[in-house]
Parts: sequence; C-alpha cells; structure tokens
Amino acid sequence: MSQYQAEIILVGVIVAIACALPGVFLVLRRMALMSDAITHTVLLGIVIAFFVVEDLSSPLLIAGAAVVGLGTVWLVEAVHRTRLVAEDAAIGLTFPLLFSIAIILISRYAGDVHLDTDAVLLGEIALAPQRRFIVSGWDLGPQAAWMMGTILVVNLVFIRTFFKELKLTTFDPALAAALGFSPVVVHYALMGLVSVTAVGAFDAVGSILVVALMVGPPATGYLMTNDLRRMMMYSAGMATLAAISGYWVAHFLDVSIAGSMAGAVGLFFTVVLVFAPERGIVAVARRHTRQRWEFAQTMLTGHLLNHEGTPEETHESRVDHIEHVLGWAPAFRDGVISRAERDGLIVQVDRTLRLTPTGHTHAAKVLIPAAGGTRLEP
Amino acid sequence: MFDFGDYTLRVVAAGSAILGITSGVLGSFAVLRKQSLLGDAISHAALPGVALAYLLTSSKSPLVLVLGAALAGWLGTLSVRSIVKRSRIKQDTALGLVMSVFFGVGLVLLTYIQRLPDASKAGLNTFLFGQAAAMLGRDVATMFVLGSLAVLAVVVFWKEFKLLSFDPAFAASMGFPVQLLEVLLTTLLVVAIAIGLQAVGVVLMSALVVAPAAAARQWTDRLGIMVILAAAFGAASGVTGAAVSSSVEHLPTGPTIVLVASVIVALSFAFAPGRGLVARTILQRRSNRRFRLEAEG
Repeated sequence: MSQYQAEIILVGVIVAIACALPGVFLVLRRMALMSDAITHTVLLGIVIAFFVVEDLSSPLLIAGAAVVGLGTVWLVEAVHRTRLVAEDAAIGLTFPLLFSIAIILISRYAGDVHLDTDAVLLGEIALAPQRRFIVSGWDLGPQAAWMMGTILVVNLVFIRTFFKELKLTTFDPALAAALGFSPVVVHYALMGLVSVTAVGAFDAVGSILVVALMVGPPATGYLMTNDLRRMMMYSAGMATLAAISGYWVAHFLDVSIAGSMAGAVGLFFTVVLVFAPERGIVAVARRHTRQRWEFAQTMLTGHLLNHEGTPEETHESRVDHIEHVLGWAPAFRDGVISRAERDGLIVQVDRTLRLTPTGHTHAAKVLIPAAGGTRLEP
Repeated sequence: MFDFGDYTLRVVAAGSAILGITSGVLGSFAVLRKQSLLGDAISHAALPGVALAYLLTSSKSPLVLVLGAALAGWLGTLSVRSIVKRSRIKQDTALGLVMSVFFGVGLVLLTYIQRLPDASKAGLNTFLFGQAAAMLGRDVATMFVLGSLAVLAVVVFWKEFKLLSFDPAFAASMGFPVQLLEVLLTTLLVVAIAIGLQAVGVVLMSALVVAPAAAARQWTDRLGIMVILAAAFGAASGVTGAAVSSSVEHLPTGPTIVLVASVIVALSFAFAPGRGLVARTILQRRSNRRFRLEAEG
C-alpha cells in the first residue's frame, strides 16, 4: 500500500466517521431525508459564497454552505407550517428548487471553474491527496484530512458536551421542553452540524455518498443495539469498515471509490439486517418457528389435560382425532407429537396420547382453569 | 417570443409536456399518500438499472434504458417496503439508505462502463443531470407510449386508486387486493419517473413528481380535478421550461422546468381560493373584525 493509497483511505475513514456521528441523531429523529435535502442545497451556499470571495479554497465557502443548509431546514419547516402540504412534500418541494437555482447559477456564471456539478454530486476522493496542507514548507498531509478531521473533532466535542440535551430532545422532546431544554435550539444546532459536515465531506466524496454515510451506518447500528452510546460506536465502526473495504473494492475493479463505499454501506446493512442476533430477519424467523412449535405443544398438552379423567378421554386423546380438534394438517400434527414426546411431555401408546408428569405440570402452568370448572374447549 | 417553429424545440417541448402530464398524474397519488419522497428514491435507485441495461445489451435505445431504469427503481421501492416491514427501520431512513446505496452501485457500474473500449457510451451521463435539449424524436415516441400506458392504467383503475389513497383499510375490508393495487400504483410511478430521467435527470425528477401535485392540491378537494390540474401544471412547467431555456443561453432545461414548477407552487400556495395564504388571511381578518364588532355590541 503506497502512501497515496493510505492517505485516500485516511480521508475516507475520517469522512465516514464524521458523517456517521450526527447521522445517528438524524436516523433516530426520523429526519434522515433532511441529510438528502441539505447535501443538495449546500451547493447553493458554495456557489453564492464563491461569487463573493472568488476563491474555491476559502473557509467562507463552508460558512456559506452551512448558512444555506440551515436555511433549507428553516424553509422546509416554513412550508410545512403553512399546513398546505405534508412534511415529506415540503422537503420534496424545497430542495430541488434550491438545487436548481444553484445549477442555473453555475452553468450561467461559473462555467470555467472547477465547480462542475459532476464533481460536487459524485465527488472524487482519489484526488484528495493531491491538495496538500503545507505550513511554512512542511507538508502536513492532505488538506481534506485536516479539514474533515477538524469537523470530526467539532462533531465529537458537540455531541459529548450536549449529549444529555441531544438524547432528551431526541427521545422525548416534550419532556425536554418541560425541563427547560429548548428542542428548537438543539434541533438547529444539530442541523448546523449536519450542514457543516455535509459541505466538508462533499468536497471529498460527493453528496450522494454523504447521504449513504449519514444514514447507512447509523441504520445498521440501530439494528444492533438499544443503547445510544453503543449505537454511535457501532455506527462509527461500520462507517470505518465501509470506507476501507469500499476503497479496496474500487481499487481492484478500478471504479468510483465513492460509489463503491456507498455499495459497501449497503452490503453491511443488508448483512446485519438479515443476520443480526435478536432483531435480524433470520433470528426473527427462527424465533417465530420455535414459538410456533412451542405454542402447538402447549395446545396439545392443554387439550389432553382438559379431557383427562373424563369419559371422552380415550376418544379425545386419539392421534387421529387431534387434527380435527386443533385444526392441524397431519404432517404438522406428527411434528408436534414427536417434539412433545422428545421433550418428555407425552407418551404415545397404541396411537393414543397420554400426558407424562412433566407434561402435566407444563399444561397446568399455562392452562388457567376457568371459574366453575368450565372446559376451555368445546 | 419563443420559436416553436424550431424542430428541436418542438420535440423537446413535446417530450417535456408528456413528462409533466405523467408525473403530474402519478405524483398526485404519491403526494396524497404522503409518499412524496418515494419519487426521489426511485429516481436515484434507477441509475444502476440504466447502467446494467447498457452493459447487458450494449444498446442505447431509449426503451431498453427506460426499462432498465424502471426495473431498478421498482426493485428500490420493493427494498424500502421490505426494510420497513421487516425491521424497526423507519420509512425516511430506508428511503435515504436505498437511494444512496443504489446510486452508489450505479456509479460503480457507470465508471466501469466508462473504462470499456467501446466508444458509444456517451449519453449515459445524461441520466444524472438530464439533457432535455438532446431529446430525439424516438425518445419522445418512447415517452409517449409508456406515458400513455401509465395514464391509461390510472383511468382504468381510477376507483381502486382513489379508495387506496383515501382509505386503504376500507378498501381492504371491501375485498380489494390492496397490496397488489399498491404495487401497481408504485409501478406506474416508477414508469413515470423512468421516462423522465433522461430529460431532467435523477436529481430533479423528484421535483416534477411533487410540485405539480402539491400545487394542484391547493385549488380543489376533488381528486379528479386535482389530477387533471396536476397534469396541466406539469405540462405547463415542461413546455415553459423548455421554451425559456432554449431561448436563453446557458440555461439548463431541467432546473428551468423545476423553477417554473416552483413558481406555480408558490402562486398556488398564495392565491388558491379557500386554502391559499391570501384567502386565509382575508378570512381571518374578516372574522376578527366581526368578532370585535360583536364584542363591542
């Protein structure tokens, strides 16, 4: 691995973590699509700031972008507050408009500069190491690493300092307001953070990957835990993993690095979605199957207990009769019976079932006798 | 002012009009069902389909590319649905995730194609930002056929879609196959978006789904009128946008169409009778005054 490659990966990892941290709160607050809106509209801020300072590397560009990012949030809320459209429509009306204005401005007035829309939307992280951060002759590495590193530190400091406030306003905004924490202030501070992160990241990896990194790793973390701190750590880990593996896939296939990182985000999410312990699709399906058999066994023992010692017992306990009573297909019935036998709940003699003492206790535990000794079954 | 005698402009204007009508009609249902941003997700998700269609067939025929886009877009909505259904991930997160991941994969495929020695790959890029000015007669023909089919399907299933939009629970209790109808309606939206990608591009296509419908909603409470109005607004945005951008240098068509559509939305929000902001303010003033008069006796 050359130093050039290492620097690309370094930038990628820093960007990924910097995006994932505020992304956690976006996902939890159901505002994931605000990241989509902001990543598109910060372009307008960059363009306007560029017209003012005429320098593409000026920090004012970030300030301009952050202002427009906040402006987007405000505008979406203003449109929504008219109560003329739902919130999703408000987002869908606002950001394409601001983005269109940005594109028109670019194609009319900034045709010759680097500000081409392709680079902004798609990003080119492969070029990141070319712009160096040089202080009095010392080469301190890629500019992008320093800029995104600074943003990452700001994000970390903000989240650490206002962790309590963020947590409270995210999970219980009403309580937060009652306790005197203004959800609105926290909301706009968070959105400002998202805007600054988006604009910093976007120069390196393009706006679409910013959305993937802000939404994907937190969504993956959300599937893995209920604890906010853990979720943030898992998200950062996932983001790092996606950045590194995405880079190498792109390297070997010689394709877009940003696209490949987004693909890796999707892949990891899918794997966790399917295989996560407890909440994964496989785990849930297995739990359902197990519960289905357990429930069926309980039904069976309950039925047997219900008729124990009654005149109909011999008739009701016959294997061939069970399927009519409980509405089971023969194959399922046989499965339940063999499982119940294996678990020592029943014994089978001459196609007739009888409860073992264990089965007796099991059935009695779940079968609450109705008042007056009424049968639970017809 | 605009030279509609110009053949290119006529083609572009016709294409934009078709596009505006289909996305207006299908967008009405999306907006009413609070799925405005589904269009955004679909248009991003379509990119890998376009790239794959080209990779597999080496054809740039608009029909092939549109079908690829539609298939991928459809797969995207399916993923969103099943993620929301099978996990605790919410709709907005699923949308953002699916659109950005699909788009990323599309980007990977696109850069892969660009390395192929084959020279005839130009034109795929237009799916990103759209190039309405490059629309050809055969593109418009494809748009016309697919767009008409989509609108026709809405007419045929009018009653069902109406019920689905306003009271899906009631529709289910009446015995309508709600899930199937939902898939059909989404598929039609996917078609409407797929045919527009080449003209206005991935990023701005979503605006054409939301804006005409949101504007039309302000003028009426009747679904039939809303859909017709949305189609008219969509067509007007398309034609005006195409005409304006062709007469001004360096004015890209897609963003201009969005700008026109946004103006229509703003006017509708302000001046629509009853719901509009002006009407509401007047009503409020009037009732305030009456209230004061009555209070003073």
